[in-house]
Amino acid sequence: MIVILLLLPFVAYPVLLMKALCFALFACAFNLLIGYVGLLSFGHALFLGSASYAAAHAAKVWGAPTELAILFGVAASSVLGLVVGALAIRRQGIYFAMITLALAQMAYFFYLQAPFTGGEDGIQAVPRGRMFGLLDLSETRTLYFVVLAIFILGFLLIYRTIHSPFGQVLKAVRENEARAISLGYKPDHYKLIVFVISAALSGLAGASKAIVFQLASLTDVYWSTSGEVILMTLLGGMGTIFGPVVGAFIIVILENYLAARLGAWVQVVEGFIFVLCVLTFRRGIVGELSRWLKRPL
Amino acid sequence: MTMIFGVPVQALLSQVLIGLINGAFYALLSLGLAIIFGLLNIVNFAHGALYTTGAFVAWYLLEYFHVPYWGALVISPLVVGLIGMAIERSMLKRLSGLDPLYGLLLTFGLALIIQGLFLNKFGSSGEPYEIPDALKGGTNLGFMFLPNYRAWVVIFSVIVCLATWYVTEKTRLGSYLRAATENPTLVQAFGINVPRLITVTYGLGVGLAALAGVMAAPIYRVNPLMGSDMIIVVFAVVVIGGMGSIMGSIVTGFGLGVIEGLTKVFYPVASNVVIFIIMAIVLLVKSQGLFGRAP
Amino acid sequence: MIRRVSSLLIVFLCLSGIARADFTDGVIKIGVLNDQSGLYADLSGQGSVVAAKMAIEDFGGKVDGTPVEVVFADHQNKPDVGSNIARQWLDVEKVDVIVDTPTSSVALAVSDVVRQKNKVFLVSGAATSDLTGKSCSPNTIHWTYDTWSLANGTGKYTVKAGGDTWFFLTADYAFGMALERDVTAVVKENGGKVLGSVKHPLNASDFSSFMLQAQASKAKIIGLANAGGDTINSIKAASEFGIVQGGQKLAGLLVFINDVHALGLKAAQGLTLTESFYWDRDDKTRAWSKRFADRHKGHMPSMVQAGVYSAVLHYLKAVQKLKSDGDGKAVVAKMKEIPTDDPIFGKGTVRADGRKIHPMYLYEVKKPAESKKPWDYYKLIHEIPANEAFRPLSSDCPLIKS
Repeated sequence: MIVILLLLPFVAYPVLLMKALCFALFACAFNLLIGYVGLLSFGHALFLGSASYAAAHAAKVWGAPTELAILFGVAASSVLGLVVGALAIRRQGIYFAMITLALAQMAYFFYLQAPFTGGEDGIQAVPRGRMFGLLDLSETRTLYFVVLAIFILGFLLIYRTIHSPFGQVLKAVRENEARAISLGYKPDHYKLIVFVISAALSGLAGASKAIVFQLASLTDVYWSTSGEVILMTLLGGMGTIFGPVVGAFIIVILENYLAARLGAWVQVVEGFIFVLCVLTFRRGIVGELSRWLKRPL
Repeated sequence: MTMIFGVPVQALLSQVLIGLINGAFYALLSLGLAIIFGLLNIVNFAHGALYTTGAFVAWYLLEYFHVPYWGALVISPLVVGLIGMAIERSMLKRLSGLDPLYGLLLTFGLALIIQGLFLNKFGSSGEPYEIPDALKGGTNLGFMFLPNYRAWVVIFSVIVCLATWYVTEKTRLGSYLRAATENPTLVQAFGINVPRLITVTYGLGVGLAALAGVMAAPIYRVNPLMGSDMIIVVFAVVVIGGMGSIMGSIVTGFGLGVIEGLTKVFYPVASNVVIFIIMAIVLLVKSQGLFGRAP
Repeated sequence: MIRRVSSLLIVFLCLSGIARADFTDGVIKIGVLNDQSGLYADLSGQGSVVAAKMAIEDFGGKVDGTPVEVVFADHQNKPDVGSNIARQWLDVEKVDVIVDTPTSSVALAVSDVVRQKNKVFLVSGAATSDLTGKSCSPNTIHWTYDTWSLANGTGKYTVKAGGDTWFFLTADYAFGMALERDVTAVVKENGGKVLGSVKHPLNASDFSSFMLQAQASKAKIIGLANAGGDTINSIKAASEFGIVQGGQKLAGLLVFINDVHALGLKAAQGLTLTESFYWDRDDKTRAWSKRFADRHKGHMPSMVQAGVYSAVLHYLKAVQKLKSDGDGKAVVAKMKEIPTDDPIFGKGTVRADGRKIHPMYLYEVKKPAESKKPWDYYKLIHEIPANEAFRPLSSDCPLIKS
């Protein structure tokens, strides 16, 4: 995967690829929650968007260097993750989804009104700056490799989280929560930790996106973005490692290609993919591939 | 000019009226959602899109068939109800054994399709729909001006809500429904065709949404996004009221509408979020909702 | 050896041949970026594309042999969508100039992208006077109108006519706030007071609650700091709740002929508005508008669409004189150098801060009985001469300081 990603910017439009990378990271973070803990969060855009606003604000208004702006974004989304997680973890299944949706919507309305977000205008003209004071990010190629590095970092973090003793406990909790409790583990703690990690990495994706596009807008916190990330993960394969990456790339490229030619039909197509996947293709692309190859992906 | 809590009476009452109207729509929509959730255990994300469809059917009826508002009030829910039944038969049935989250995702996908189709045809501003002549104008009550159509909306919604409640709680059909929610296998053993009951129930639920759509058309304009703005708030209403409770949805719907209206007067900044704040509090204190049964 | 040298020579000759008229990749591409499906689609939308095509045809279809093409896209009134399209157009599809772009928040975002890529941005649709103020750019020209000129027209006139207490109903984004700000300044300057304001989301579906707040304020004038579909719905809500019967007046701070058409004269009569173009103003505008209407569903052009024609025409003149379209700053500088002349605005100039200068006109919407033919909607109150119509050069604009 890494080799392909390293070579891609020389053939394809780098800005589009960066968008795909940010969403891929977002989807992987989301997948951590649904695939390995079984919690469907319908408000994940909250973390993406909040970090986006935080990073944009730090970079533009406070003049913070780029890496610190991104870190600030991650910190913001982590704190939000803690708060939302603490409220939402108490519930399961449908209720969990509804709570996350409603809390995210609440945040949306708050951001709509708050002066620092610029409301409908968003935070515009966010400077790209220099990464670590060395790498000039206004050069698209340089920016691409920085974003790629960030993505790989996040991806590796997720990989290590899953393939670790911590990850084993998660699996136990997901398979048989009562048994895990009887063995002395506190599932709620584990769930909360995963929730915060998921929120933090979504924030990393959001903060990077703000730097790449130099804009933080309301679209990032709207529930349609939450829906998009679910679509990407579902299409790619929930619970697989590479699934969300594949799903994200497909959807971003599809959106870009179709939007120019079909306009609002994009939404219809996405709806169709949703319906089809839920009815007949629940394992997703990588999920089916994994089943066919008989090894975990 | 009289003041209550530092706010002129006129402003207060007119916002409460608007709150009641919004509340009427919340109640109608959450009623349909509660019925569907109660029986099918599915969170019908497509509810908002079907509400929009109800409004568009009314518009089509007027534009191409010259069927006025009153005809649309009857025909549109029937049409959308049939569409709903088709959806249930062809798609939702297949998910009956699975995790209810899949139902949520499927209906979400359906909502995207429906909304996307309307957006394509009509753009995001939609079309205007005239208030029916019989209900035009308003009465000047002295302390405020009451548009006739909006008064009608409130009164008719209350009637429909109470009628639905009566049917589900007091009639035989309603008792079959409630029994099937508790124990479908046993009810089937008694000879009642439960799958068909479920299909019809879904149709009923979305028919209510369509009715709300027709009533909303003259107020909010018939536009493709009207459903998605509503649906999230309606979800919150249903959660607060209790996911399966009919009376809970009705009372909560109207109540929250009024609370929203009052917030607009006293603390306008919070008016959009007050419903969600209440939802968060209710969930923390009494997770099954104000009127719900324990899960 | 000789073969190698001669083939190199041939290559160099070809290159220099191409370089004679140095138009990037041999085509001049004009991108019309606006709202194609939402609340501003009627006043811009496909009509602006038609206007751009008319300008190209009237210019002759080519610039010194280089063909001119038009592409268009829908920015859905969202800054992120608009700036992404702009970036992709300029990076990948080699668009040379972006025109129109209603919705000020999108225009500001696109202006930034265009400046970074050093292309040209001709704003006809958006209103915020910040485009020639603190957000001015050497790559952007603000063409048709702006919030300051609207305030100076409708705002000043309404206050002077006795409307000295105001309440604003404002679209909650860059445009609404700029318009409210500029009109507030005019109201205060002329001895009026602003009693309050309320913000509504863009493309709101229900204005009843906002209108009621306006009613409760008891202000003589309710200023509608919004546009397009939002203005239409505000006016409808006002009539539904008996606001005008109650004695308050509505001031449509930005009204287009399409809005009047959608409302009908019965609902819109008496509204005062400021526009820079009206199809029935003189013989030249009549002739041009008829040609436009024949190509655009029989609808008369809005000032935004007419402005696109004027801007594209002037762009092509500048590019021809410059013999190149690659350097955005240079093209804009040329456009500021040459005076403008077209059937839309007559003679005018482009100022150093990127502001296009031409007269503005104060109109009143006719009563139904006064209208003698289709689209006969306005009567002229007075003309604001070009040297008074726009804000004097502002030191907010960094271009002016240097």
